[in-house]
Amino acid sequence: MTTGSIEQSERTSLEPPVTSTLLLDWVSTLDHKRIGIMYILTAMFYLAIGGFEALLMRIQLSMPNNTFLSPEMFNQLFTMHGTTMVFLVGMPVLTGFANYFVPLMVGARDVAFPRLNAFGFWMLFFGGLLLHFSFLTGSAPNAGWFSYVPLSSKAYSSLQGVDYWIIGLLIMGVGSVSGAINIFATIICLRAPGMSLQRVPLFVWMMLMQSILIILALPALNSALAMLLIDRWLGSAFFDPTRGGSAVLWQHYFWIFGHPEVYILILPAFGMISEVIPVFSRKPIYGYTFVAASSVAIVLLGYGVWAHHMFAVGLGMYADIFFAVGSLLIAIPTGIKVFNWTATLWGGEIKFNTSMHFAIAFLLQFVIGGLTGIMFAAVPIDWQLTDTYFVVAHFHYVLIGGTVFALFSAAYFWFPKMSGRMLSERWGILHFWLWVLGFNMTFMVQHFLGMMGMPRRVYTYADNPGWALLNGISSLGAVFMAIGTLVFLWNIGTSLLRGKIAGDNPWDAFTLEWATTSPPPPENFTVIPEIKSRRPVWDLNHPENADWKIEKTPVDRGIRPNLPKLAAWAFIASEAVFFLLLLIAYVVFNTRSGEGVTSSVLDVTRTGIFSLFLISSSVTFWIAERFLRAGKQSAFVLTLGLTILLGITFLAGQAWEYTGLLTNNITINTNLFSATFFTVTGFHGIHVTAGVIALFVMLMMGIKGNLTADKSHVFGAVGVYWHFVDVVWLAVFGIIYLGLLQ
Amino acid sequence: MNSVIPVLDPASPQAEAIHNLFLLVLLISAVIFAIVAGLILIAISRGRQRQTLPEQDFGSEKSEIFWMIGPVIIVIWLVAISANLIITLNAIPQADPDGKTDINEIDLIVTGHQWWWEVKYPKSGVITANEIYIPADKTKKFRVKVTSADVIHCFWVPQLGRKIDAIPGRDNYIWLQASEPGSYQGRCSEYCGAQHAWMNFKVYAVTDAEFDQWVASEQLANKQPKLLSPLANSGKQFFFQATCPQCHTIYGTPAEATIGPDLTHFAHRKEIGAGVIENTPENLALWLKDPQALKPGCKMPDFKLSDEHLKQLVAYLETLK
Repeated sequence: MTTGSIEQSERTSLEPPVTSTLLLDWVSTLDHKRIGIMYILTAMFYLAIGGFEALLMRIQLSMPNNTFLSPEMFNQLFTMHGTTMVFLVGMPVLTGFANYFVPLMVGARDVAFPRLNAFGFWMLFFGGLLLHFSFLTGSAPNAGWFSYVPLSSKAYSSLQGVDYWIIGLLIMGVGSVSGAINIFATIICLRAPGMSLQRVPLFVWMMLMQSILIILALPALNSALAMLLIDRWLGSAFFDPTRGGSAVLWQHYFWIFGHPEVYILILPAFGMISEVIPVFSRKPIYGYTFVAASSVAIVLLGYGVWAHHMFAVGLGMYADIFFAVGSLLIAIPTGIKVFNWTATLWGGEIKFNTSMHFAIAFLLQFVIGGLTGIMFAAVPIDWQLTDTYFVVAHFHYVLIGGTVFALFSAAYFWFPKMSGRMLSERWGILHFWLWVLGFNMTFMVQHFLGMMGMPRRVYTYADNPGWALLNGISSLGAVFMAIGTLVFLWNIGTSLLRGKIAGDNPWDAFTLEWATTSPPPPENFTVIPEIKSRRPVWDLNHPENADWKIEKTPVDRGIRPNLPKLAAWAFIASEAVFFLLLLIAYVVFNTRSGEGVTSSVLDVTRTGIFSLFLISSSVTFWIAERFLRAGKQSAFVLTLGLTILLGITFLAGQAWEYTGLLTNNITINTNLFSATFFTVTGFHGIHVTAGVIALFVMLMMGIKGNLTADKSHVFGAVGVYWHFVDVVWLAVFGIIYLGLLQ
Repeated sequence: MNSVIPVLDPASPQAEAIHNLFLLVLLISAVIFAIVAGLILIAISRGRQRQTLPEQDFGSEKSEIFWMIGPVIIVIWLVAISANLIITLNAIPQADPDGKTDINEIDLIVTGHQWWWEVKYPKSGVITANEIYIPADKTKKFRVKVTSADVIHCFWVPQLGRKIDAIPGRDNYIWLQASEPGSYQGRCSEYCGAQHAWMNFKVYAVTDAEFDQWVASEQLANKQPKLLSPLANSGKQFFFQATCPQCHTIYGTPAEATIGPDLTHFAHRKEIGAGVIENTPENLALWLKDPQALKPGCKMPDFKLSDEHLKQLVAYLETLK
């Protein structure tokens, strides 16, 4: 099929049947475009909050020995500013753009799992509300956005702020992972015919990379959060050095998440820039494969550089050198991108509009942020400047100078598609200059403050020579950014009312989102153009210069994996990282918990026998799946029932074991062994329970005749999860009961 | 006099090595930025004039590789010089690789507390807070053990070299050295709670003779009971009636708690509250009147002392030399 026209009958009805009000319409929507807009609006709301927090901090710091804010208030504000900007502005706004544009750009009618999509959004929405609810308790989180232990432990943060922080982040984390699985599955499975994976627009490619990062990085944060919560609520000592725990382990776990998080926030920005620059240079992106492949390199390297946030910890010279090499290597794929963007501009016919203004500012500012990043990768420089205002300047150059400027660029680029109207260029240019001026005023001087010895996160400072002046300039710059933001909002508001009508493709742009109306209809496309290159809409509008005549790209071989199974694999990949980190914690602590109970209290033989029940349930599941596919419904129901029984027997064995331990006064807070034992086996038990419930649902569907051979792939997706739970148990049994790896 | 831009004003061989590396990387960065910015600006100024559809250039592997040669060389070179410096500066940690570190090999133990620094000289037994004396000597290095009594702090004297985290349950080691006599500002550089901003300290590098003299004056064994004025004497009595000894130590008295700074030689110190104010009798009275006003959130409560008690206490504390 080359030209796809979508039949009315094929259209799945995802809209709620009765629409009574506008509000209900939006709240209950499953349309990816509406959910995308809700993500963006949520991010803008929290941007106002996070920005307001920043302004309050800049007022406090505008003069030495200021008493505008109390230290306690200041500490809550910078904690909430960081947390809000990362989790409630950066991630949602990128997810929002991805939600809106990925299906359009790959020529799909919606995302892979519209209900999961809505679920992910509402988890984020309510997680964010819960986090901010902490302000009403009088104590917002105040341990910094990376909440280092022991400061964030009960002993030093006894109020509820940190608890709100943990639970809020866990809930938002679930939302982020489900959103990422959705984007991942959409890109892999729902591309229009002709669009091979090597032909997707670079924004789509970057979102694919980002979704992989989220799926594999967020669980590291979740496992650390779970351990901190157990420390705080159940009195264990994972992170309490006075009871054998480790303060440094938290840092490792946090940054195993935290460094990929930086790429989660910057890769989509790379994608946006890679869409904007070619369109307004009237040229294709220079070196598509290099831009795409260098992102893969960044994803891979991104997991091996976390400890460059920890050079001041004193990890020893070998660790320092290892992480220095990894961090410096990232300069190469990043440099490749900058080169390719510059080469795309070179020789182009530049349309220097607002979107392009922001894109160019992105390039220059991101290069500055990247170069200071190289300075920190040269470890001895980090030993001077980390945790000073130099590092504050560095990451704001990357995250504001980079990500936020790219977002503004994308907003001016895509607003016509989303609203059907153009944003005003006059207001746009004013917005641009206010931000360029304000941003560089605020953060350029912070490099010098760092060199002058100003640590980050101080609520005030003495009247040292030069500090008042530079901090004053920095604070003044923030005002410019605030005004610039108001100009932007004004521009959006007035343009929505009386902006110029955009038409389908006001920029003569290249990719599929421009092949439909502005805004697109609920089903996205009436006709999808033929896809023979990376720029199908260019080919359509410039047949004499069509890309496929000049440049050969890999043809689409039509491989679209099964959706539920792919999602199940992505989900268990995420879960595997979670369990891996819990098991590493067990191995680390078990080698050092010298006293008290050890794994010798466990009855290996008895648990071994119960393990056999669990393992055999995998076999019966496999048989059940074959019966289902063969259409032998009653045999299927019987073997599935047996599978459930075997699972329940295993859980009963675990309950027996727990009862024995608890009656001997061995609880989760006894020592490090018991804490890690109960955490690992407890989380596994929860997973088995969830699996049993899922199997039970399948059983009921089987009995009622709703699960038949043609839906066996759904059952197979559950199977991926069930087998995974068994495999995890094999690892748990080997490490904890048989003492492997110790 | 403290330096205005301490990172650019190194006063030890270690800080100087880092400073040189920093300048070098800064220079390379400036060159790279100038090239990239120059190319972008040229491309834009030319591209804005162009009115015809440009050639549809999809890129070339050759030029990608050609343009990567420079960055790859720079990265390899940066790896080499960073690794070299890491090894040189790190060639310290545990003096004894077996981990059986001899206490005598440690010149100084610095322990971070919320929100002050405890400073111990194990060889001479001197204990003080928020100020460190070392001999200014190009050849002599002080081996410093850095740890924490509560949360994570970070020990940082920009003019003297690398910072190192003070982590509970973990001992870190650095060298401390100053080439020239002077006072060097230090700060806590890891967020550690309410009063992270006021966790400053100073390193005083002095001549060998001055150092020996300082040690002698601070040594606990040299502490002689002094004849106290009646005012100071009533201050002393009040000190022990009140809750002061529950947190502080004064050598040779029943006050032996180690929660707050050791006050044995309090009157020698130049600052109060880890840098909040200078240590003068007037400021001391101000501090004792309400520590929470000067350093909100600090562990010393507002005891609501009467003016009478304040005077007595100040008089007594001023005798602690």
